[in-house]
Amino acid sequence: MGRLRTVTRRTFMVASAAIAGGAAFGYYKYKKPYENPLLDNLADGQNALTPYVRIDQHGITIIAPRAEMGQGVHTTLAAMVAEELDVALDDVLVEHGPASSAYFNDVALEEAVPYAQTDHGRMAEGIRGLVRVSSKLLGMQITGGSSSTPDAYPKMRMAGAAARHCLIEAASARLAVAVSELETEDGAVIAPDGTRISYLELAADAANINVPDELSLKPRSEWKLLGRSLPRVDMVGKSTGTAEYAIDVRVPDMLYATIRANPRLGGELISYDDSKAKSMTGVRFITRIDDAVAVVATNTWYAFQAAQAITFDWGDAPYPATTDEMISRIGSAIDDDLEDSQYRDDGDIETALIGADMIEAEYRVPFLAHATMEPMNATALFTGSRLDVWAGTQLPTQVIEEAVAITELEPEDIHVHTTYMGGGFGRRAEMDFVKQTIDLAKQMPGSPVKLTWSREEDMTHDQYRPAAIARFRGAVKDGLPSAFDLKLSSVSVIASQMSRLNMPVAGPDISIVQAAWDQPYAIPNYRVTGYRADTMIPVTSWRSVGASQNGFFNESIVDELAVAAGRDPLEMRLSLITHEPSRKVLEAVAEMSGWGEELPEGHGRGVAFVYSFGVPAAEVIEVAETDRGIRIVNAWAAVDVGTALDPRNIEAQVQSGINFGLTAAIMGEITVADGEVQQNNFHTYNGIRINQAPPIAVRVLENGEKIRGIGEPGLPPAAPALANAIFAATGQRIRELPLNKHVDFI
Amino acid sequence: MELTLNVNGTEHTVDVEPNMPLLWVLRDELDITGPKFGCGIAMCGACTVHIDGQPVRACSFPVSAVSGAVTTIEGIGTPAAMHVVQQAWVEHQVAQCGYCQSGQIMSAVALLERNSEPTDDEIDVAMSGNLCRCGAYPRIRAAIKTAGQQLKES
Repeated sequence: MGRLRTVTRRTFMVASAAIAGGAAFGYYKYKKPYENPLLDNLADGQNALTPYVRIDQHGITIIAPRAEMGQGVHTTLAAMVAEELDVALDDVLVEHGPASSAYFNDVALEEAVPYAQTDHGRMAEGIRGLVRVSSKLLGMQITGGSSSTPDAYPKMRMAGAAARHCLIEAASARLAVAVSELETEDGAVIAPDGTRISYLELAADAANINVPDELSLKPRSEWKLLGRSLPRVDMVGKSTGTAEYAIDVRVPDMLYATIRANPRLGGELISYDDSKAKSMTGVRFITRIDDAVAVVATNTWYAFQAAQAITFDWGDAPYPATTDEMISRIGSAIDDDLEDSQYRDDGDIETALIGADMIEAEYRVPFLAHATMEPMNATALFTGSRLDVWAGTQLPTQVIEEAVAITELEPEDIHVHTTYMGGGFGRRAEMDFVKQTIDLAKQMPGSPVKLTWSREEDMTHDQYRPAAIARFRGAVKDGLPSAFDLKLSSVSVIASQMSRLNMPVAGPDISIVQAAWDQPYAIPNYRVTGYRADTMIPVTSWRSVGASQNGFFNESIVDELAVAAGRDPLEMRLSLITHEPSRKVLEAVAEMSGWGEELPEGHGRGVAFVYSFGVPAAEVIEVAETDRGIRIVNAWAAVDVGTALDPRNIEAQVQSGINFGLTAAIMGEITVADGEVQQNNFHTYNGIRINQAPPIAVRVLENGEKIRGIGEPGLPPAAPALANAIFAATGQRIRELPLNKHVDFI
Repeated sequence: MELTLNVNGTEHTVDVEPNMPLLWVLRDELDITGPKFGCGIAMCGACTVHIDGQPVRACSFPVSAVSGAVTTIEGIGTPAAMHVVQQAWVEHQVAQCGYCQSGQIMSAVALLERNSEPTDDEIDVAMSGNLCRCGAYPRIRAAIKTAGQQLKES
């Protein structure tokens, strides 16, 4: 047992594959920097001082090479460069830039490491170091896992410092003044006699200066941009309808397309009849793409109409026909002991439960769609020797891989233009819509085409957040949990994703137990086991991934234990917490909400605490029971990001995470019948609206050990805080999402 | 069918099927892309425009039924000269992904033009047809109140 268990514990998906793949490159490859991708496409007069800074006579452009899908990442990343470069954010342009492995993500895979993010011991940090090596070797430019800020924090500040260094050196040579005598301010080098030379004038000279290996960064006390709430660089565009999303891309002589794929996902297309569709207004071209049919027309709406007029004979789904069957398999994975991981096994659960008053519960959550506001779409132009792709993608380097496979062009002939995204939430890390668009463009060389999914196609052809089941046994003793045995079963998000990327995986999927096994609670007998059913309907990352379900399971159960122990749920959590920054977010939310104060008749409050993506987040929700149903009255949240670069934007992300989590908690559910997803638009898969969304007060703390991202961690506590509030108000313990199956909401 | 359409003060002639929704005339025929496609069934509000000042869901409004002047987000203000409501959106840093915001702003402008001091309930009624998956609702509410105050004072 001992040795096998140890091996299991220290292997993990993604990273193990990555390390195995990376060994072939060796250490030299790791040390060797990627080439600056901006150098390939410089126009006359442009100079690229680093992969993040391009300067020409008109101005300075900062490359923020992560998906701007609402989280404000372009602003925060650009501010890192601007801070060190000494330029005002108003005075620079911010671009996503090209797809390139130079923009690989150091931190995205860290969540896959089987050490709690609270663990900063030698082994944990050593393994994280190995994962960073594999991240570089994989060279994937990926946005996800709340990793953009921690990934960029060293790199992009250093890029700004490097560019500034080169500009000062150039000024030093030009003025014959020592570097140590020169200062910088607002995009210019300043000499002791007051002479100012603009960066724009120095850029060409600076481009020929080598960047030293070691540069120092500004101490926080000298920050002018970071640590402050900055106006977002995309705000005016998004408030005036002028920001360009992929769906807004216009290429001269472009045609408009849509597609219909088998609603039984992955099933074959046996035959189709497009005889009626072919002669409809505006239709130019109807063609098969794998197991789907695309219609090309002069207007998206003509394409939609014609696609509706095609009749199909679809093959069966390669998975059980109904959600009931799928969920039953997820449940029986526990019964069949399809154990996937056991990263926590403290004390002796079985002994602790002998003779104890056992508390048992089963919890469930359904499949969920991403339902981004902007349906999946992309635009492509294939000329025979060059491919341009315009897409909102969280994985631009993978677009190149897919395009090479489809077009057989060389990677350097493929140009990916990453636009703003009308929501991502994990959906835009998938390649399906991009591959379809490239396939279609390849069939019509010389003719640019925009392929837009209908909302119905989008909702029924997602890769979903998996359903999951939790089974719990536990006990309390002397006012505290004495035994906590949590079995979590789902399907593997990572295995499903990797199968689509044709990448091998091995070992357990830590996302099945994410934000459950690693919670900083001290319980003497504490075991968390993951079980894995086979992949059925395709699944993928959905904002906060495994924490989206496990936060609900874990924190509802902790609430049940507090009730059983006769303790105040917030105060009991404080007595279990072993991690100081975590304790402080709970204390903060208690203070903000006035926890413990008397509430009006019919009101109740719930608290939840979830540590995910390295961020402790505590939330309190207050509800009122009314004759029209449950009303969410108020919400409070405290989070700790280690270092808060833009407090107002962090507040927005936490509010967003809570509202996204409340949608899932109250009403989100995808079901399958006859192999087809039954919810196909917002009338059957709605989101929380302004009339249901509560005021949300947010406090941002900085006691954490490392800088962290905040796109996801606000989400997981929302559902359990709400369910616990409903229990407090009504006495009804709801162990299944969505909650509206059990109670009405206003 | 040939139709003449007044959009943001400019006359356009288009030749489309009469039942083509206004949204697709704006976006794919006239390259006016501020109004967004979200659902196609008037459930999300991302496509909201005004016809003679009244908010309509352009995704479900046949172009042949348009009997008045159409105003889109581009018609109420520009980056260089924003509408008071757009200014409030920037002041409160409302947008996240921003995709729904053209529609949110058009619904808010229509609300504030008839009622510059809406109560929370009135905001709920006017704005609950506009879905925001990012959940920027606290700031949408705050921005509407700020803009209403400024409209009242002006």
